[in-house]
Amino acid sequence: MPSQRIQAVNKKTQTVTKEIYDFKNKRVSIMNKVMPILLFLCASVSVLTTIGIVVTLISETYQFFQKIPIFDFLFGTKWSPLIPPKSFGVLPLLSGTLMITLIACLVAIPLGLASAIYLSEYAPKRVRKIIKPILEVLAGVPTIVYGYFALSVVTPIIQSIFNGAGVFNALSAGIVVGIMIIPMVSSMSEDAMSAVPRSLRDGAYALGATKFEVALKIVVPAAFSGIVASAVLAFSRAIGETMIVTVAAGSTPNLTANPLESIQTMTAYIVQVSLGDTPHGTIEYGSIFAVGMTLFVITFLLNILAQYIARRFREEY
Amino acid sequence: MNIFQDANRKQIANRRKMDWMLHILFVAATSVGVLALSALIIDILIDGVARLKPDLFTNFPSRRADGSGMKSALVGSIYMLLIMAPISFIFGVGAAIYLEEYAKKSRITRMIQLNISTLAGVPSIVYGILGLTLFVRLLSLDRSLIAGALTMTLLVLPIIIVSAQEAIRAVPKSRRDASFALGATKWQTVARSVMPSALPGVLTGVILAMSRAIGETAPLVMIGALTYVAFLPSGIKDSFTVIPIQVYNWLSKPQLEFKELAASGIIVLLALLLLMNFSAILLRNKYQKNV
Repeated sequence: MPSQRIQAVNKKTQTVTKEIYDFKNKRVSIMNKVMPILLFLCASVSVLTTIGIVVTLISETYQFFQKIPIFDFLFGTKWSPLIPPKSFGVLPLLSGTLMITLIACLVAIPLGLASAIYLSEYAPKRVRKIIKPILEVLAGVPTIVYGYFALSVVTPIIQSIFNGAGVFNALSAGIVVGIMIIPMVSSMSEDAMSAVPRSLRDGAYALGATKFEVALKIVVPAAFSGIVASAVLAFSRAIGETMIVTVAAGSTPNLTANPLESIQTMTAYIVQVSLGDTPHGTIEYGSIFAVGMTLFVITFLLNILAQYIARRFREEY
Repeated sequence: MNIFQDANRKQIANRRKMDWMLHILFVAATSVGVLALSALIIDILIDGVARLKPDLFTNFPSRRADGSGMKSALVGSIYMLLIMAPISFIFGVGAAIYLEEYAKKSRITRMIQLNISTLAGVPSIVYGILGLTLFVRLLSLDRSLIAGALTMTLLVLPIIIVSAQEAIRAVPKSRRDASFALGATKWQTVARSVMPSALPGVLTGVILAMSRAIGETAPLVMIGALTYVAFLPSGIKDSFTVIPIQVYNWLSKPQLEFKELAASGIIVLLALLLLMNFSAILLRNKYQKNV
């Protein structure tokens, strides 16, 4: 009975093959069930990060405000957390941050916008291909390197122009922060300008407009929402900048309008405290969370504002 | 008639002049950025080249500038990268795959997406505050290498997710359709068809994110990377320092010699960055031809 044996073997092979198939299928179906969940967990890390930031800041800030009245913090004009009589008025830090940011924006917004106009409207393709990556390198330079640049190049220049300027001053740090955010303004603005359709420009040229008229009266207004959004983002980036101001602007909380004086920003204060050995639970330790909270809220609102402007006021063509 | 023509001609000449002047102005404004970058590089090279000797790489930092090196910082930076690269790759790419391939267009998806773009705008020092509370205190990892690497992972995650999403989105739909037509399941399609094709773009993004991490100072100062380390970390729970922090430490000393040391430290840092960016560009160019 060879045929029966063959049949039996055949049957066995079939079952084995089927088992292998089943096993493979099972593995495949397990992967298809498990992977989406694992991947979702990966994606939720970003949400957890945000929750972590908010919870940390709120809980520690809440404890801080148990000891220091919130009114004294927000409206006090003297910041002296380490040397008695201790005083926790955030206005000097806020004004220092604001001064740096304003100087930076005065540097970055005109230069960045002009660069964007040049790159998108004037520059020949070849020049554009060279200049654009160079500007992008500016955005990739570590901030500590900019800090060095501020101290060793910009500050001496400022001191030789203005007599009263100290080694640490807001002007030098502000200018260098401005240089750092030029590429942010220029690349985002340029993207917005490139999105303006060719036909609009052609229409203006056909009416006899010159290049600058097309750039300033047609392209810039059409891309305005993108330009404003880039400026707001750059502003927010300047507020959060840490190492340049820590290195070059000094560590004197100073409610002043004189950019040649040494000041302290919110970020620089946080660095100063964490460099020292401040024990957990003290008021000084709590103060970095209160300052961090202020910083986070301001930059968060600015980022939301930028996204809102970019979406709400976009001209659709 | 003549008067009008004259006026017209004059106006046109004026507009031409204006056009020409603005052209010059725009070129000048653009060159400010380029000049600043050149000034920065030249200044650092002049100050730092003299101290770019083997001592810098083989010695630990010391109180005297002569013979002071950045061995511990260099090793610390590299260790940190080695720890954070796989972690941030897995979580970043995983999140990107989920958002591009699996997520339905729901409220939750939109919220995650918005959250990622918002996180990219949070100042790095705020991540330092989170790292200090979460890793250093709550998980009691102390001021260790692993605490620093995890903090930096959270910092670069949004960058990796966004660039990986772009790379995955660039894979043509026909590739997925072909895979499904052969009877592949969703996961088989993603793992064997979409991801291999998107991988060069994904890796480019990861390398760029790593180069961001290697230059970052503030969050590591927050979580307490030490400024003076005269030993090499032997495990992930050891304390450590990184190049930018060593540079900051040298920069905050008043003596001129330490400023020179800071400049040579910056040269090493920039060289490392250049190397990483260059490899990212090579990777992109090599695979762009194949697609």
